[in-house]
Amino acid sequence: MGKLIKYLKDYKLESVLGPLFKMLEASFELFVPLVMAQIIDVGIKNQDASYILKMGGILVLLGLIGLACSLTAQYFAAKAAVGFSTNLRNDLFAHIGRLSYNEQDTIGTATLITRMTSDVNQVQSGLNLALRLLLRSPFIVFGAMIMAFTVNVKAAMVFVVAIPALSVVVFGIMGFSMPLYKKVQRQLDQVTLATRENLTGARVIRAFNRQEDEIHRFGEANDQLVRFQIFVGKISALMNPITYVIINLAIVAVVWISGKQVDAGIITQGETVALVNYMSQILVELIKMANLIVSISKALACANRISTVLEEKSSITDPADAKQSQTKQPMTGTVPGTHHKVSFRQVDFAYKGAKENSLTRIDFSVKAGQTIGIIGGTGSGKSSLVNLIPRFYDVSEGAVLIDGRDVREYPLEELRHKIGMVPQKAVLFKGTLRENMQWGKKDATDQEIYQALDMAQAREFVDSKEKGLELSIDQNGKNLSGGQRQRLTIARALVKQPEILIMDDSASALDFATDASLRKAIREGTKGMTVFIVSQRATTIRNADQILVLDDGCLAGRGTHQELLKSCDVYREICLSQLSKEEVQ
Amino acid sequence: MKNQLKQHRSTLRRILNYIGVYKWLVFLSLALAAVTVATTLYAPILVGKGVDLILGPKNVDFEGLLAILRQIAAVVFITAFAQWLMNHINNRITYHVVEDIRTRAFNHLEVLPLKYIDSHPYGDTISRIIADIDQFSEGLLMGFTQLFTGVLTILGTLGFMIVVNPLITVVVVLVTPLSLFVASYIAKKTFAMFQLQSRTRGELTSLVDEMIGSQKVVQAFGYEDEAQKRFEEINERLRACSLRAIFFSSITNPSTRFVNSVVYASVGVVGACAAIRGLLSVGQLSIFLSYANQYTKPFNEISGVVTELQNALACASRVFELMDEPPISPDDGGENLTSVDGSVTLSDVSFAYNPQVPLIEHLNLDVKPGQRIAIVGPTGCGKTTLINLLMRFYDVDGGSIRVAGRDIRHVTRESLRASYGMVLQETWLKSGTIRENIAYGKPEASLEEIIQAAGDAHAHSFIKRMPQGYDTVISEDGGNLSQGQKQLLCIARVMLCLPPMLILDEATSSIDTRTEIRIQKAFATMMQGRTSFIVAHRLSTIREADVILVMKDGHIIEQGNHETLLANQGFYAQLYNSQFAH
Repeated sequence: MGKLIKYLKDYKLESVLGPLFKMLEASFELFVPLVMAQIIDVGIKNQDASYILKMGGILVLLGLIGLACSLTAQYFAAKAAVGFSTNLRNDLFAHIGRLSYNEQDTIGTATLITRMTSDVNQVQSGLNLALRLLLRSPFIVFGAMIMAFTVNVKAAMVFVVAIPALSVVVFGIMGFSMPLYKKVQRQLDQVTLATRENLTGARVIRAFNRQEDEIHRFGEANDQLVRFQIFVGKISALMNPITYVIINLAIVAVVWISGKQVDAGIITQGETVALVNYMSQILVELIKMANLIVSISKALACANRISTVLEEKSSITDPADAKQSQTKQPMTGTVPGTHHKVSFRQVDFAYKGAKENSLTRIDFSVKAGQTIGIIGGTGSGKSSLVNLIPRFYDVSEGAVLIDGRDVREYPLEELRHKIGMVPQKAVLFKGTLRENMQWGKKDATDQEIYQALDMAQAREFVDSKEKGLELSIDQNGKNLSGGQRQRLTIARALVKQPEILIMDDSASALDFATDASLRKAIREGTKGMTVFIVSQRATTIRNADQILVLDDGCLAGRGTHQELLKSCDVYREICLSQLSKEEVQ
Repeated sequence: MKNQLKQHRSTLRRILNYIGVYKWLVFLSLALAAVTVATTLYAPILVGKGVDLILGPKNVDFEGLLAILRQIAAVVFITAFAQWLMNHINNRITYHVVEDIRTRAFNHLEVLPLKYIDSHPYGDTISRIIADIDQFSEGLLMGFTQLFTGVLTILGTLGFMIVVNPLITVVVVLVTPLSLFVASYIAKKTFAMFQLQSRTRGELTSLVDEMIGSQKVVQAFGYEDEAQKRFEEINERLRACSLRAIFFSSITNPSTRFVNSVVYASVGVVGACAAIRGLLSVGQLSIFLSYANQYTKPFNEISGVVTELQNALACASRVFELMDEPPISPDDGGENLTSVDGSVTLSDVSFAYNPQVPLIEHLNLDVKPGQRIAIVGPTGCGKTTLINLLMRFYDVDGGSIRVAGRDIRHVTRESLRASYGMVLQETWLKSGTIRENIAYGKPEASLEEIIQAAGDAHAHSFIKRMPQGYDTVISEDGGNLSQGQKQLLCIARVMLCLPPMLILDEATSSIDTRTEIRIQKAFATMMQGRTSFIVAHRLSTIREADVILVMKDGHIIEQGNHETLLANQGFYAQLYNSQFAH
């Protein structure tokens, strides 16, 4: 939480004025019993109706001032809390934007989204509540006690005993039951798990005729849940009765002591009534405080979760002496094959927290303009390998070089500008087709976009939709088919006119013919562009200039289709599983 | 509206039925509530009487005071005990009712046709059984604890006040509704602001969802700055409208408090004036003052409870909706399927998920014991439909399926399903140990049998290497296993029972080559002498099949063996050429 306080700095004044006005209001509230005592002791005793009316007027006036103070306090508190969360959200969003793939993998995007939305909201309402009430309640509790002292010291001693007793009960019960509520929550998670399993596994459960056992298992989890709930309920149910007993016994004591004091002529009857009222006020505020603490501790938990995200440092940042590279490297259009565009030098790579390497001793070089096919089973490291090129992850050992320079020496923006990425999952964003296409190049003209669509074999279906580039796309491109989405993501990368194009298994939803024309179009349309194609299909990569065969993170073979058929067992095995003997040749 | 009311009423009636089981507890709770309210209201009266005995110096009736204070103490203890007991009983009733409903809802899940499960998002069903019932329990608990006591308190307070002094009662009754009026006025006025806030919040959430959900793409295209700009714009709008909504709604509390203080002042003034005329004692005035404080509270509580109860009712009706879904037809009259020889006959079978879109029509297929049937076709062509029908997850619309000469609708589902071993591509494992998972179809199996099955499934070697071997706990949905390992476990699960017929779903490409080979071997072991239906992707499997069913868009369009189908030059030939050939 401490770390988040800085987001209040633009609202210093508000965060001081809010509680201040609230306390002001509380002080007026504390005067009320005294005024009432005056009504009884002076007004009734002297039979002075006009005095009573005057005092009544003062009561209303106190109420009005209280109202004004309270409104002011509410406004400042709301302004500070909302401003705080706005600043926090902006920073959090920017921070998450800078997190590298590594952190995203470990934290998980779903979690990040929750932090960003519901957690921040929780903190906002917690803060709002705290600004308004955190000082007010203790202020009234102690204020009432002090007022009691001004009335009569002996009677006030009852307060000195009652307040700690009440606090012990209220906070003790809460302190005891809160961890139990967590236990209830965990048990509820068990019940949820059983329910989810029975939905996802409905076929298997029925195939094995295990319904009865599942019902039994669910019953047990459910039973346990109810037992916990009733136990926690039993403890929470103690709170009201016990506080009620304490406060009323305290009132009995106050009345008894006051009686003695009145008898001795030290205080008046009206003051006795005032003392009783102060005692009632205390109970109300203590209960409020207990609820407040529940909400604030929830908010604090959220704040801590947010802090953890903010503390997460991106493991991939610009090099310390980041400057645009001086020597302008040859762009697309250079004579292919003149220099090494991309090189892997003895690269080892392990995901954060993983015990074993995902890639081991990968070493190869690629000339500008070449097409490189990467093939291998799932988990063999194909995606990991291509993700190292735009530095989405950093190598554990060795180095990845582009145009002879270590990727870690490039400013990230410059590096990623060179590379067009077509991710495995075809993600599009809500907006028009044009907006989506301009992701990589803000000022791309319609002509450039159409060119890219042509190459990606997407022109035909775009034209068939009539709206052209104004075609609106739903979130995640839900209004398009899988194949259409894939073609658009390919076009999006091509609009960028990158020096290096990486297609991470991104033609899997295309039929054979489209796949073939796509590859042909890219080969012909992007002379000089270095293309990496990751695929599970042998046919997709068999014509590549160079094929990398990955097996369990190691380079099992490297060469052309024909060379590999002769030299590489793994490659031959893959081909034979997909093609017939005659077709392999 | 009227319909809704009717629905509400029937939901309410059902809830009452569930509660009715605990009717003695409910009566006890209500009685205790009455006791609590009566004694709670009586305490201030006693305090007032006590105050009346403290008149001034040398004018205090200590004897009377002591007696009253003793009474107060007694009343307080009675109240506290009754309150505690009532709370405890309410807890019991609520959670037991909830347990009953949840158990029934879950049990119903087990007899719902797969059609329901397949066509409703899991999240929706889960939230009905978990979140909705939870919400319902909260509403019910609040209703129990606060609604009845609230109403009683209001009535009781009124009664007591009228007895003591009707005039002041009139003041309280007239002024108090003001606070309710203020509260509802503000709520109405701020409703639009809250709507705007939640709309803007929704806008922000969907942007966050999109950008953070696809952060990797955002970074790959260097779109971070653009995203930030869009985010800050919405965020700024959210700030403005949140401030309005929060501030204006937070006026409620101070305003009602102000009204309360007006009530308090009025009671004070009117009461004091009455006291001057000797119509009221100071002690009675103090009773009124504490009643004036108490009187508004139940009003606010009740309005809170009513919203909560409405909410609970809505949640309950969602749960009941699930429970009202018609279950599968009972197995009545069905006998157990015995002496399964492996022959399966489909005659003139037709089936559709949606009556408007016929899927399978007039399908005939005669499978002899031990034959292998390969089902092929592009992804999404409905290959699983056939599995659904064979296992009777769905019933055929027309025609019949016969196993060993018996119509499968005339035998028990249990015995039919026990004659099939099924390995699906979507590997489902339950959370539990590996051992429990393998023994899923035969819980009483010994460890030796389990190891034997795992060995036959080529799974023993990797299980052995797991940290706790067969006792390794698999997290939900096998999170800590690879796809291939999960499939091997599923095979081992079937291997343990090994029924006379098999339904196998070959994995597509998501498995590494070595595991794939193991799976193939395991499949081959299983298929020895058993009738097998295989959703096939591998050429070798297809070639060796006795019958190939070629499916497209849910229809079985061709049927025959590899050679005859190739010779036909139809869809199969086309498929074969595009998928397996160059």
